[in-house]
Order: sequence, then structure tokens, then C-alpha cells
Amino acid sequence: MNLLTSLARILFFPGLLFAVPAAWFVLWLERKSVALMQQRIGPPFGQPFFDFIKLLGKSAPPRSGIDGALMRAWPLIAVSASAGAVGLLPVLPFRSGFQGDLVLLLALMEIPAVCLIVAGFNSRSLFGEIGSAREAALLVSYNLVFLLAAISIAIKQGSFRLDAIASAPPSFGRYIGLLGILLCLPAKLHVNPFSLPNAEQEIYAGPMTEYAGVELALWQLSHGLEWIASVGLIATLAVPPSTHAWTSIVGSLLLGLALVLVLSFVAAATARLAIDTTVRFYGQCAVVLAVIVISSSLIMRLWS
Amino acid sequence: MKVFDRLLCACRRRSPWIFHMNSGSCNGCDIELIAALTPRYDAEQLGVLLQGSPRHADILCVTGPVTQTAVNAIHTVYDQVCDPKAVVAIGSCPASTNVFIDSRVLVGPLEKHLPVDVFVPGCPPRPDAIVRGIAAAASLLAERRGLPAPLAEVRQASETTEEERS
Repeated sequence: MNLLTSLARILFFPGLLFAVPAAWFVLWLERKSVALMQQRIGPPFGQPFFDFIKLLGKSAPPRSGIDGALMRAWPLIAVSASAGAVGLLPVLPFRSGFQGDLVLLLALMEIPAVCLIVAGFNSRSLFGEIGSAREAALLVSYNLVFLLAAISIAIKQGSFRLDAIASAPPSFGRYIGLLGILLCLPAKLHVNPFSLPNAEQEIYAGPMTEYAGVELALWQLSHGLEWIASVGLIATLAVPPSTHAWTSIVGSLLLGLALVLVLSFVAAATARLAIDTTVRFYGQCAVVLAVIVISSSLIMRLWS
Repeated sequence: MKVFDRLLCACRRRSPWIFHMNSGSCNGCDIELIAALTPRYDAEQLGVLLQGSPRHADILCVTGPVTQTAVNAIHTVYDQVCDPKAVVAIGSCPASTNVFIDSRVLVGPLEKHLPVDVFVPGCPPRPDAIVRGIAAAASLLAERRGLPAPLAEVRQASETTEEERS
């Protein structure tokens, strides 16, 4: 029974069957809201779905010298990891057996970024290497804040079990921790002002320069699933638990949509920052918030 | 499979990603192509996206009269665009080499080197003519079903004339 419910989580809700259309919807919503803010009409509904199907039907020309299985494996690993992360989100209460793990969730959320870095270096393209180097620098700078904020939430609850964290009513400290995570999302999702790794006007397509066809479609899907996983993490932990499961599900969905709109607004309102400014922002400004959050939760933990 | 093929054709028409290639243009057409993507003309409402890598694109938009130095690059970029693909020649230069016709550094027009699907005339063409040309190329992609364009089959899709400009 436990195996069945776990499979249902990964395959149906909040896993693949829900997450893939939701990923396309979020990608569309992001593009559409940026377009509306720029007074454009923007892409028609379902545009990411059309892009995905079109890419499935493309026949990629051979790459010179780098036709490796690894190049094909990276997008597949990225999609599986981000789909697993979405499947782990504590939207529904875990009844018995495996009760979710924050460490596993954070690790799964990191894998697509690591895959992107390796794929860029693997492609032997100059632009891919520059993009990967930028992504690596970005990963190191925002992850300090991201992990400290996530750990502070776990310390507050005294547990890394997602079920325990999600079923406890959110406190003020948790909201500050979630704010720290939210600060890292633009960098994690490569939207402005931290869209350095895929900066089109500067380095063509960054790490994805050499990808085409089905592999590119998988990268797009993985990006959409990353959106769902990271926005969903904040939404599920911020909405207070209720006796009816559906109220918290609807609350999480609405909060998730609001977060997508906020991130799109930030993306439309800002320009791309240089890598040194980005590292300084996370290393000098955002880290202060993270240190305050984690030290306050440690002190409160020791106090009680 | 028939259903998937029809879906695929519909998606090709609705998602034309373009790659911009300058083959020695004076920059006039390049500016107009960028203007077609800006909020005033908003080509994204047809699903058009400007891509950084030719491997991501469906439609190759070429401007300029094809100089000797650009011709090898054009062939490399064209080979990197995935099938099915289409070529849109933007402006009068790739169609006829325009005012540069007697220059000894030119090996144009573009049709000698690539199978051009859509010509967008004008010097430079208006952004709405460019958007129309891209849309025509996208419907060609949907009809073509994966077959490359034969060199002889050149269509003039954009009918925006010089009178409209004035």
C-alpha cells in the first residue's frame, strides 16, 4: 500500500501527470505576464506545449566530435530529478511509511543545475563553457543563502521530515526562512536580474548551445519542473495546514501562481546583473538575512 | 501516428523559432527584424522567438547581399539548423544584391547558395512585412512534413509592396 501511494505521488499528483501540464502552464504564465507588463499581447495559451511537441519532431544534425551518450543523458537526469522533487512536495499529507525528506528534496532540486553545468562543459562549445562557468559561480553564491534558509526552517521544526514541517502551523521564523528561499529563486530559475547562464545577447544559448531536438525539449521540460518544484516548496510550506486537504491544496496552488507572477514582475522590471554584482548580492547582502534567520532559530531551539 | 503527425504540423506552424544571420547587411534590415520582436509589432504572439543558437531554430532569417567572407558561415549555420527548416531572405539585398550588384566582394544573391523559401522585399522591409514572411515560412514548415526544400521551389509569400510603405 505504501509503495502504491508513493508511486501515485510520483506518477499522478503532485508528480508527472500533474506536474508536466503545470510546468507548461507556468512557463506560459511567465512569458505571458512579462509580455503584458511590456504592453505586448504575448504568446498564445499553450505555447510551451507547442514548442515541446515541435522539438520532438526535429531531426538534429550530428555534432562534430561530441556525439556522446553522456550529452543525451544530462537532460534525462535533469528531468527525472526535477520530477522526483515535484513528487516529494508535501501537498498531500503523508499517511504512513516514507514521510518525505527535506534533504532529499533539496538534493533533487540541485541536480538539474549540476547537470546543466556538466552539459555545458561536455558540449565543448565556447559559449557552453562560459555559460557553465557562470552557472557554477551563481550556484555557489546563491546556495549558501538557499541552504541556510532551508536548514533554519528544519531547525525551527526540529526535524528534516517534510511531513512534520508541513503539518506544523507556520511561524514567523519560517516565513523569514521562506523569504530567504524566495530571494534565491530568480537565480535558481535563471530569470532576470540573475539570467546570467543563458544570457542570449551575450553568449548565444549558454550551456544549451549544442543541444537540439528532443534533448532541448527535455531541458525545457526540466526547467518548467524546476519552476514547479521551487515555487511549490515555498507555497506548500507557507500555507497553514487545515483539516480539509483540499483547502491547503487550493491555497498552495493560488500562492504558487502569485509567486510566479511576482517573479515575472521582477524579471520584467529588472535588467541582467553582471556576475560580480550577483555574487556580491548573495555573498554580502542576502547572506546577512540567512545568518540572522539561522542564528535566531538556533538560539530559540537551544532556549526551549 | 496520423494524429501525432497532424499535431506536429500544427505545432510547427505555431512555434517558429528564428535565427538571425547577417551576411554583410548594412544593418537596416537587422534593425527592422529586431523591431518586429519589440512590443509594437510583438512577433511573439505568433510564437516567434529569436534563438541564440542555430541548432534551436526552425527558420533562418538572412539579411545582406552575401559577401565572400560570409558565404562559408552561411553554409555552416544552414547545416546546423535542424530539419524541417525554412529560409527567409529579408530585404532586397539577399534577393538581388540590390545597390551592391557590381561589387567584386559579393557572391550573392542568396538563392545561389541556399534554398530560399520566402522573400521579404524592401530596403529595408517594414517589421510587419517581416512578421508576415516568418508566418508564411512557418506554414510552409507545417506543410513540408520533414522534407527539405527543393532548390527550384521558391515562393514569394510576402506581398507587402512599396506602395504600402509610402
